Amino acid sequence: MVDSKMVLTGQTVAYTLYCIVIILLIIWFALRVTSAGKSAVKPAFFYTFVGFLTILGVSLHLITFNTIPWAAMDLNRSDYKPDKTFAITVKDHQFNLPSEKLIINVGDTVLFDVKSEDLTYGFGLFRGDNSMVFQMQVVPGHRNDILWHFDREGVYSIRSTEYSGPKGIFMIKKDVVQVLPAGSAK
Amino acid sequence: MSFIKTLINGEEGLFKSETLTPMQKMTLRFVVVGLIFFGFVVIEGMLMRLYEVKPLPFITEPQFFAILTAHPLVGIFGSTYSIVFGAFLFLVPFLMNKPLWSIKMGNWTFILITVGTLTFWLAGFISHYAPLYTLYWPLPADFTQFSVWGGTFFITGIALVMVGSAFFVINIFKTITYTPEGWDKQPAGALLASALGVTGFRNLFTKNKKEHLVPLPVAAVARGSVDVALNTAIILFTGVLILVYMIAAIFGHNLSHSAIDALLYKNWFWWGLDLVADGLVLIFVAGTWYLLATMISGKPLFMQNIARAALLVELVVSWTVWSHHLLSDQAQPAMLKVLSGEMVTAFELITQGLAFFIALATLWSARPLKMTNPLKFLLGGLMGFALAVPAGIMQADVGLNRILHNTQWVIGPHVHVAILVGLTMTLYSAIYILFPILTNGAKVYSQKLVNIHFWCHLIGGVGMGAFMGMAGLKGMMRRTLYINAEFNWQMILAAICGTLILIGFIAFFYNIVMSVGLNGVIGIFTPAKNKTKDLVPQA
Repeated sequence: MVDSKMVLTGQTVAYTLYCIVIILLIIWFALRVTSAGKSAVKPAFFYTFVGFLTILGVSLHLITFNTIPWAAMDLNRSDYKPDKTFAITVKDHQFNLPSEKLIINVGDTVLFDVKSEDLTYGFGLFRGDNSMVFQMQVVPGHRNDILWHFDREGVYSIRSTEYSGPKGIFMIKKDVVQVLPAGSAK
Repeated sequence: MSFIKTLINGEEGLFKSETLTPMQKMTLRFVVVGLIFFGFVVIEGMLMRLYEVKPLPFITEPQFFAILTAHPLVGIFGSTYSIVFGAFLFLVPFLMNKPLWSIKMGNWTFILITVGTLTFWLAGFISHYAPLYTLYWPLPADFTQFSVWGGTFFITGIALVMVGSAFFVINIFKTITYTPEGWDKQPAGALLASALGVTGFRNLFTKNKKEHLVPLPVAAVARGSVDVALNTAIILFTGVLILVYMIAAIFGHNLSHSAIDALLYKNWFWWGLDLVADGLVLIFVAGTWYLLATMISGKPLFMQNIARAALLVELVVSWTVWSHHLLSDQAQPAMLKVLSGEMVTAFELITQGLAFFIALATLWSARPLKMTNPLKFLLGGLMGFALAVPAGIMQADVGLNRILHNTQWVIGPHVHVAILVGLTMTLYSAIYILFPILTNGAKVYSQKLVNIHFWCHLIGGVGMGAFMGMAGLKGMMRRTLYINAEFNWQMILAAICGTLILIGFIAFFYNIVMSVGLNGVIGIFTPAKNKTKDLVPQA
């Protein structure tokens, strides 16, 4: 399955290429606008550009919706039945987990249901190299749930992904989520 | 001329502050104070850049977050609002060929923004009040972490800035619509309709088309000012709400935080806050590009009617895009995420893309142009937005936001490239083009320093955004600290780029001081000798 690392690699390549094109375009423009030559711009060129922007703006979301696996599941998560649910509370800048380790089997679809009892926090899962698997906001007084399909083994840390005052920087639970081979954990 | 003489009297002694009109003085005060606040922002930014490499022993963690709170607010309100409001209070009457409605009110705008910014900056500096500009409920009223008195002064400072902003909006609309003494009665309703885009909208559906009574850049200022007004109302209301909790705490009563719905508050506040980022900034910038492109090229604006319509679309879009800030809030309705957060937000790619194309096409129509200072900074500004807007469109996507929200990607390639490269370089272009008009013909001290400023700012701004973005794509969050040097190489390179911006700013500031001289700088702040309402001295 496509994971966040692969999505971000694709984004990095696409955005880097785009930046190179824009920077070269401006350099080219700066050189040409200061030299003599044709100065008319055809309206057809303008309308083509507008059409291109419209297609680009719409197609970006259609492409991501159809290629990023969690997008559709996220918007329609009430239609899915999770294999496991972890109810987590947050209070006084502390994550309170239902058990010391959250054990998951490869292939499980897991619901993280996080409740804040005071401030607005964030909830994110991170790999050992600090790269992000996913995150969401945790707003007090509201349901904050995220559904995630785990398709590979791994050990992950939980970290608050929203600022909740200076005390919030220590909101890290290191290596508390473990994804084990299918069938190895109940 | 010796160095000391130039430092005191300015380049060739050409700048004589006693010749300035009250309007010129008012505008220059806004610009000078705006640039000083920009200096604050650059220094704060550098402190934080260094702290992200290695925590500095003389800055505590609460102090770091107090700097992080003050940094964007001083940048937007103290610096950008000052420079933009000052420039527009001059340009609107300049383009309408009539005096400003009230110079006194313009000066009050200047005083309130300056005093307000200093108040909230000092409150943060002394008390370490640090709920960030987002003020997510109930953090601003969390008195276990923050001083209630510090917070009270902080919010009062913001409120002063907002009152100054309200005065600016009143002055702009009154200037567009009022009838100066001795003039024939002005058609106030028709002028207002033209400024707000009602005339252009009506023209779409009628054969009897009416002419536009206000120039296009004035229409942009008016439409951006609508967002300033709405934003001012939202921030003032939110400030009063927070102050109620603070005053109650001062008198020993702890009001219940749950009385306010945190998600509703977040929607409300982001709706107002986004009128800055996705509203007035984009509209004011597009209008400024159009003005600069026509002034630099001496040609009419390419596709003028479409540019006017796009400004109106941008205004309406700015009221409906706030939900892209709540794509990671799971309780936010999915419909709002998709429609407001994704679809309407994508319109900004079109409206800003149009402005980019129209500005370039207008410049192109005057080939060959000389690579003047306004032109090179304008091209830098155009490039900044061309890089930053698509970065924002990417994160305003349900799928991508799940792994980009609150990362350094958001604040690097999107926010800092948009503000530092896009917005600030556009403002520098405006400053260079207005400099001789506002100073009655003073000369820039050193072209070499202008070039140093340009390249340092451009490379520094793009580079810093790029390295912050690289860290963000690897999982580095914003609004937090990594005390174990997890993203060290990206942060070192970002700090080097930040240093370039600082060098560029020092070069610019030194160049401006040497151009007008210390006497000139002081003279800007003394009362004007002539009491004319004219914008510039009569020949």
